[in-house]
Amino acid sequence: MIKVDVRRKAFGEEEVLRAIRFEMETGETVAILGPSGIGKSTLLRLIVGIDTGFEGKITRPEKIAMVFQEPVLLPWRSVVENLTLVHPQLGTQAALSALERTGIADKAGLFPGQLSLGQQRRLALARAFAGRPELLVMDEPYVSLDPAMAEDMLSLTEALIAETAPAVILVTHSEAEARRLARRCLRLAGKPATIIEEFAAKPASDGWEGHHDRA
Amino acid sequence: MDCSCTLNKTLQHPALVRALSLGLLLLLWIAAAALTADASVLPQPWALWTPFLQALGSGALPYHLGMTLWRVVCAFVPAMIIGVAVGFLMGRFASVDRWLDPWLVVFLNLPALVLIVLCYIWIGLNETAAITAVVLNKIPNVATLLREGTRALDPNLDSMAAVYRMRPLARLRHVIMPQLAPFIAASARAGIAVIWKIVLVVEFLGRSSGIGFQIHFYFQLFNVAMVLVYALSFIGVMLLVEALFLQPAERRVRRWRTA
Ligand SMILES: Nc1ncnc2c1ncn2[C@@H]1O[C@H](COP(=O)(O)OP(=O)(O)OP(=O)(O)O)[C@@H](O)[C@H]1O
Ligand SMILES: [Mg+2]
Repeated sequence: MIKVDVRRKAFGEEEVLRAIRFEMETGETVAILGPSGIGKSTLLRLIVGIDTGFEGKITRPEKIAMVFQEPVLLPWRSVVENLTLVHPQLGTQAALSALERTGIADKAGLFPGQLSLGQQRRLALARAFAGRPELLVMDEPYVSLDPAMAEDMLSLTEALIAETAPAVILVTHSEAEARRLARRCLRLAGKPATIIEEFAAKPASDGWEGHHDRA
Repeated sequence: MDCSCTLNKTLQHPALVRALSLGLLLLLWIAAAALTADASVLPQPWALWTPFLQALGSGALPYHLGMTLWRVVCAFVPAMIIGVAVGFLMGRFASVDRWLDPWLVVFLNLPALVLIVLCYIWIGLNETAAITAVVLNKIPNVATLLREGTRALDPNLDSMAAVYRMRPLARLRHVIMPQLAPFIAASARAGIAVIWKIVLVVEFLGRSSGIGFQIHFYFQLFNVAMVLVYALSFIGVMLLVEALFLQPAERRVRRWRTA
């Protein structure tokens, strides 16, 4: 169970978030939509607990994973070490099978800089799921990808979510993306930003509508 | 054309260029010595060979070299440790920076000589004073560089380490240190170069051993050859230290970039 209750978040004088309240069940996926600069990344930092300077209260599980807009890897450590150093409880065998699952097992000994961007993102996904997170937070993970690669990563994410069943919070510009993964969508707007709309995403049978409808 | 091409290529070989450039310096020295025409002021390079063998044979050169090297090490290690720690804290915490920055400015602008003299007066003409003076001279430079390095730390990696709840020690070793390594390496190289020069001054002013002391001694005898022998021997040793320890260490921390 995840409870988010942010009464106020400000940077100095600039109030960014106000009265943001929602709850999630384990296994549920919620999408957060909103224009650029509204405070989505800020909200995620509060939710995962790396920014504690706000008024309000957030109840979160122990094991959290995050996928960033960029892969954010340790370029000076090998691919497999990028898993075992971040998840020390994970043995090398488990790390290798996590790489296997994301299709980059043959790259285990390389440095991240030797991977293609797509492979780096797969590594970031492997790292997120390897710790069997109870909460997975994704901050525009598919932005800046070409449609084919976005589709690739999206289906891989879908499959991994189905296997691991974490609660998922997905920040995105794309309603199509939100619909594909999430049951519920929250829309942020205003200054300071707050939830102006909550709507149920249509079932995935609508299909992938492409990557063009930026909010 | 073929020939000039090969010549051009050979001239791009870094080791060769190095050797040629050093050879040029040597030529300059020979020319200057010939023009001076007074071996007591500037002897020819080859005229140093006999005094060198003499100093080596008597055991004086190895002994004083060893003493200076020992002082360099004794000053280098604490200066690096304290400088890295202070610089890291200043780069990381704005409040620490606000408090310590004025000190840094003062110490950076304090002439090495003043610190040395004051240390000798306050602590006494002993080894502790000598090492302390050198350490105090070096800390501000290391701290300044490391503060820059810490400010340049990637905030995304910081967030990643925090979200995944990496342990503090693992974070330090695998997230922070690799980013600081180039700054530590740069300050170590600059540090060694400055430290040994300051150690020489410290020895010149108040020690009875070491290269600096020997240079003082031969300076009073107007024995330029010996002064040059001791100075050049130490430069040779420091170049060796650089080639054998510092450069390989730097290559190792940069390995992931070139892979
Ligand atoms: N560390 C900070 N200090 C000051 N202001 C900040 C800081 N981080 C974010 N802000 C401000 O908060 C607001 C929200 O930023 P945030 O990054 O959360 O937006 P976003 O919705 O994620 O945008 P995007 O979709 O472009 O990523 C912006 O106006 C930004 O300038
Ligand atoms: Mg953002």
